[in-house]
Amino acid sequence: MFRFLVTRISSSLFALLIITVIVFLLSHLSGSPVDALLPDDATQEQIDSFVREWGLDQPLWQQYLTFLVNAVQGNFGTSLKWPGEDAMGFVLDRMPATLKLGGLAILISVVIALPLGIAAAVYRGSAVDHGAQMFALLGQSMPNFWLGIILIWVFSVWLGWLPTSGMGTFAHAILPAVAIAWFQVSALARLTRSAMLEVLDAEYIKLARVKGVSEGMVVWKHALRNAAVVPLTYFGILAASILTGSVVIETVYSWPGMGWVALEAIRGRDFPVVQAVIIAYAVVYMLSNLFVDLLYVVVDPRIRRG
Amino acid sequence: MRDIQGEPLLKVTDLTVEISTKAGSFFPVNGHNFSVHAGETLGIVGESGSGKSMTAMSLVRLLPKHAAHIRSGSITLNGRELLGLSESEMRKVRGSEIAMILQDPQTSLNPAFTVGEQISEALRLHNPGPRRTLRERAIDALRKVKVAAPEHRIDAYPCELSGGMRQRAVGAIAISCQPKIIIADEPTTSLDVTVQAQYLRLLRELQEETGMAILFITHDFGIVANLCQRVVVMYYGRIVESGPVDRIFANPAHPYTEALIAAVPKLRGQKGRLRTIEGQPPAPTDVVEGCPFAPRCEYAESRCFKELPPTVNADSDGEHTASCWRVVGR
Repeated sequence: MFRFLVTRISSSLFALLIITVIVFLLSHLSGSPVDALLPDDATQEQIDSFVREWGLDQPLWQQYLTFLVNAVQGNFGTSLKWPGEDAMGFVLDRMPATLKLGGLAILISVVIALPLGIAAAVYRGSAVDHGAQMFALLGQSMPNFWLGIILIWVFSVWLGWLPTSGMGTFAHAILPAVAIAWFQVSALARLTRSAMLEVLDAEYIKLARVKGVSEGMVVWKHALRNAAVVPLTYFGILAASILTGSVVIETVYSWPGMGWVALEAIRGRDFPVVQAVIIAYAVVYMLSNLFVDLLYVVVDPRIRRG
Repeated sequence: MRDIQGEPLLKVTDLTVEISTKAGSFFPVNGHNFSVHAGETLGIVGESGSGKSMTAMSLVRLLPKHAAHIRSGSITLNGRELLGLSESEMRKVRGSEIAMILQDPQTSLNPAFTVGEQISEALRLHNPGPRRTLRERAIDALRKVKVAAPEHRIDAYPCELSGGMRQRAVGAIAISCQPKIIIADEPTTSLDVTVQAQYLRLLRELQEETGMAILFITHDFGIVANLCQRVVVMYYGRIVESGPVDRIFANPAHPYTEALIAAVPKLRGQKGRLRTIEGQPPAPTDVVEGCPFAPRCEYAESRCFKELPPTVNADSDGEHTASCWRVVGR
């Protein structure tokens, strides 16, 4: 188990290193920072001093090493769009807002999807099953920016129950969280259903019933414990994509999170902040996958003992 | 010889299981009558699809939901009618009075729980006690099925055990609550021949120790000869012959039984090709008139294709019965 963890953590770190290379190269491929950062009428002297100041006259590998050493210390330079702000610090300030919204969306996804998927499998072919399939189909067919707008129209404009946008009270978070979660509920519920269906036909389920185990325990203990690996694998992707993929929904709902910062920074060609956002997203992505790997260990004894 | 007189432990009367499909109903278990006495081993023999496993699952009332149901008949255990019990009363019977060993040890243990957890779950349900003694009782059960170092094996996961060891663990679950009868559904089919022999010996020893009855389902007449006192032969959902094993071996009344016995390979004696039964049994959905075995029967007459033969005594004392026109005419 120790070896399993060491392998996973070191492969995460390696992936992170690759990402820094990509981020670094991308910011150089997309044109010289000189054009982006200096006004069009800059003199040759100004350009030369800028190049020297930023180390742009050094070989590429040396520039990368400087970037990496600074990045490890959390130093991505200062923001261009928001003068005086430390790039990473600015991003990290917005992280709690994103985590709050993403966390609520993850919670909604899991709390609805798991029971829905399990019920659909246990009552296969029944009204519950058909209803769940319908619900899932809806969620997977609606693009989330569109769903976000429809939700605003129904619940804010028409019914007037919830605020249209912004962050503040808990009520502000409900609509964006639902808009993010619905698609994920659909995917997670369908995966849970198919995993449960497979497991419920297994011989050990029959043996549990033969022992006199009640139907509830058969489903929630014997079957779910084995079926859990499949939705759990998806949960890693789900958590990561909810936490990092909220750019669209944060924009629709003017939610001041990392996604919003990313979009604004790209618009303003604010390279230090863009780099900081990408790295922050990458770390969040890796941590949530690492968390899932830890959950595997809890759920599956074959990994624990292996 | 054990006493098999008196009231049977398990008595099955006119048991019929129905599977309803859009194409119509069919009966994988059709009018079964048999009984098992305490301390006795009854074999149920038949080809795949003959309804053996359906019979087993209907005894514990765990037929596949929506697909199959018990249409009529009676199953009594120690005189108590099982078909009238509520689901929660039936759950108390399962595992404690009637236990079961399933066919495939590779898949019949839950991979997510240790062997000990799976044994003590049955114990806790039927015969609760403090956690500590549950563990000790689970170790005892493993010891009874001759698992070496049971104190260590109890914490093993199924994936850490060999096939034979897993089937012993399944056996430990079955005997843990001291059931009156164990239904073993082809428990040795997927084991190596040497492991198979050990397992059968173990079952016999456990039976002598505890006096439990065994209902042994198999397609192998050789095992029946080895293990069982009486046997029921099934074909196409019907019991075609039943009686004491020695008498049936010496003098099979039904042509199907005769052919099955002839198909058991012998170490000494006859050489040459192994005998087989020509043709295929009818599919469960086929509508069969007359005797279902008639198309494959070397003695079939025109009457066999038209009328189903009744079940009649093949012997003077009524212990040995068969369902064949040749016996009726005797």
